[in-house]
Amino acid sequence: MLAAIAFYVLAAVAVMSAFAVISARNPVHSVLFLILTFFDAAGLFVLMGAEFLAMLLIVVYVGAVAVLFLFVVMMLDVDFAELRQGFLSYMPVGILVAVALFIELFLVAGATSGADGAPIALAPAAPSSVTNAEALGRVLYTDYLLVFQMAGLVLFVAMVGAIVLTLRHRPGVKKQNIAAQVGRRRADAVELKDVRPGQGLG
Amino acid sequence: MEITLAHYLVVAAALFTIGVFGIFVNRKNVIIILMSIELVLLSVNINLVAFSAYLQNLEGQVFAMLVLTVAAAEAAVGLAILVTYFRNRGGIAVEDINQMRG
Repeated sequence: MLAAIAFYVLAAVAVMSAFAVISARNPVHSVLFLILTFFDAAGLFVLMGAEFLAMLLIVVYVGAVAVLFLFVVMMLDVDFAELRQGFLSYMPVGILVAVALFIELFLVAGATSGADGAPIALAPAAPSSVTNAEALGRVLYTDYLLVFQMAGLVLFVAMVGAIVLTLRHRPGVKKQNIAAQVGRRRADAVELKDVRPGQGLG
Repeated sequence: MEITLAHYLVVAAALFTIGVFGIFVNRKNVIIILMSIELVLLSVNINLVAFSAYLQNLEGQVFAMLVLTVAAAEAAVGLAILVTYFRNRGGIAVEDINQMRG
């Protein structure tokens, strides 16, 4: 019963905040609602017995992706009100597609039932003798080792790509050159002039 | 009152639909479009985990993790492109992006 209440609360908040993501006027609010959606999805994962993935979702999405979004939204000096023009003109076709899509997906979801036609209850996928993280690790580091490494490669390439895209060398920026600093000789910097009395340095 | 597989599938379907709808209505704002893509990928993750619990098979969670990886990489590269584009053009209007061809 408690799990059912938790499910309905989490699902309702997730769907409503997801809708707020796409309809908020201020993109900063959109990012914050996105964080709320991910939080609720993490709660749903916990209800399904996928604790490790829930924590991963919070760490990766809330901790990294959403903050990255927030940085970019705040860094770009864009008139977001101007970008919202056309919101209403695209609405009818959007609603049409959305309703058709949801009805289809709803019918598919409603068609899932057990062999005897009874609805299927969910149970945690891992055996109860080990934690979810341990069970996941046993699968990930044996059968899916290559896939795991490829995922790391994807992240590496994405990191290099992001750095290459955003790195720029601005001309005229003064930087410390330690080699030139240390390699400076006294003769380069100071000179002794023999000044004759009463004449000065012409 | 038992929570079944269909409940989770309906939530995921709602999130997916909202993501697609967000791409439609925010045609000019790339940042919101990227967030909508994140919503779509999140709904896919919910489906993967729900079926993993239904089939008593952990491989669904492994693949959910891979989807998470791809989503993070996509967000990083997408936002990097966005920052570079903003630097070059001084705006992020989507309809100007077709000027980048050839």
